[in-house]
Amino acid sequence: MSAAGAPGAVGVPGGPAPVDDGVYRIHWVPGTDRLLAVCFCGEKREFEDPVELWDWLLAHPEHGA
Amino acid sequence: MTTTPFVRDQWYVAAYGYEVGRELFSRTVCGEPVLLWRTEAGEVTGMSDRCVHRRFPLSQKPSHLVGDQVVCGYHGFTYGADGACVNVPGQRRIPRTARLTSYPVVEQDSFVWVWIGDRELADEKLIPRAPWLDQPGYTTVSGMEPLAARHGLLVDNLLDLSHETYLHGGYIGTPEVAETPITTEVDEQAGIVRVSRHMEDAVCPPFYAESTGITGRITRWQDIEYHAPCLYLLHSRIAPVGTPPPDADGGDPDAFHVEVVYAITPETENSTHDFWAVARDFALGDEKVSGFLHDNNRTVVLQDVVALDVLEKAVAAERDGYQELSINIDTGGLAARRILKRLAEEAAR
Repeated sequence: MSAAGAPGAVGVPGGPAPVDDGVYRIHWVPGTDRLLAVCFCGEKREFEDPVELWDWLLAHPEHGA
Repeated sequence: MTTTPFVRDQWYVAAYGYEVGRELFSRTVCGEPVLLWRTEAGEVTGMSDRCVHRRFPLSQKPSHLVGDQVVCGYHGFTYGADGACVNVPGQRRIPRTARLTSYPVVEQDSFVWVWIGDRELADEKLIPRAPWLDQPGYTTVSGMEPLAARHGLLVDNLLDLSHETYLHGGYIGTPEVAETPITTEVDEQAGIVRVSRHMEDAVCPPFYAESTGITGRITRWQDIEYHAPCLYLLHSRIAPVGTPPPDADGGDPDAFHVEVVYAITPETENSTHDFWAVARDFALGDEKVSGFLHDNNRTVVLQDVVALDVLEKAVAAERDGYQELSINIDTGGLAARRILKRLAEEAAR
């Protein structure tokens, strides 16, 4: 049992401010069935459907700039 | 769902290093039959498994190796380790086109990787790593199961581990897997999908109870990294409830770590090589634990194989435009599908 193999969980809501690293982060809002999509530019939106979530997240950098 | 297209201009795992020796070995990758063998110096070389003359598979006896040359068992065409023909029967002139397609090959982390696509684009720095499989401090068990299903179904399967609760109950599945929310990160440019599920107080399934000796409830972390298109890593952390989390510097001496690695290599449009490996940082060299983990994990993989083989038939028979349903647990799998589609489109240009 040496070093931790796991990189640890990805960020959680209320955690550090997003960084412009090109990474999309999707959090499961605790205690709900909703997903919080966080773009690397900092824009956020909640969804109930992951398909709609990805449609918004991927379109976002173009129309949200 | 339409067939997931092959993603060309990518590295794929064609074999484990231990599968390739001084016997001619063949495996079809993305529809291309690849002949693999080791030179006398021990280097793995890869070339088309079809003689340029009448297509006889060079892996088929009585084809054979003589030193570092392959002799076709049908008419005697002979090829060097670079695929160039060095001898044809009955004549001195060797036709200019008498050359087998050769494949860039890299042996790394116990795998034999081959580049499928434009060889000018082959850059070994692009190969994702799975260092635990061939590293001191870990003991690894591994295998490969043929899957009669398109590779996209295995990607779906591995990106959503909530299925462990239902398909693998009594082995690695417990109720907490399906009940625990996930977080997802997607690096679109790098083609990496990360899905994390951290269970803070869960039943210890037999797979971990018997291998670690833990008898009570556990903290169980599942951190997936999928490097599209071929390599899937599951960093699994197991510890008795109450064990301190990892140190800031990554030290985690009181937990058990298992690195579960899959290589998802398309064979044809509707079949896949399902490479699996389990590396652990405890009970090193313990053959009883190795035997248990090998047999138990293979059983789990075969449960997936049975399910996905059935699913392939169902998907292949469905009408066009079938509307499937996706829910929260599919967030990472949807991202993986989209990345695979994009990579396939980019390579086709």
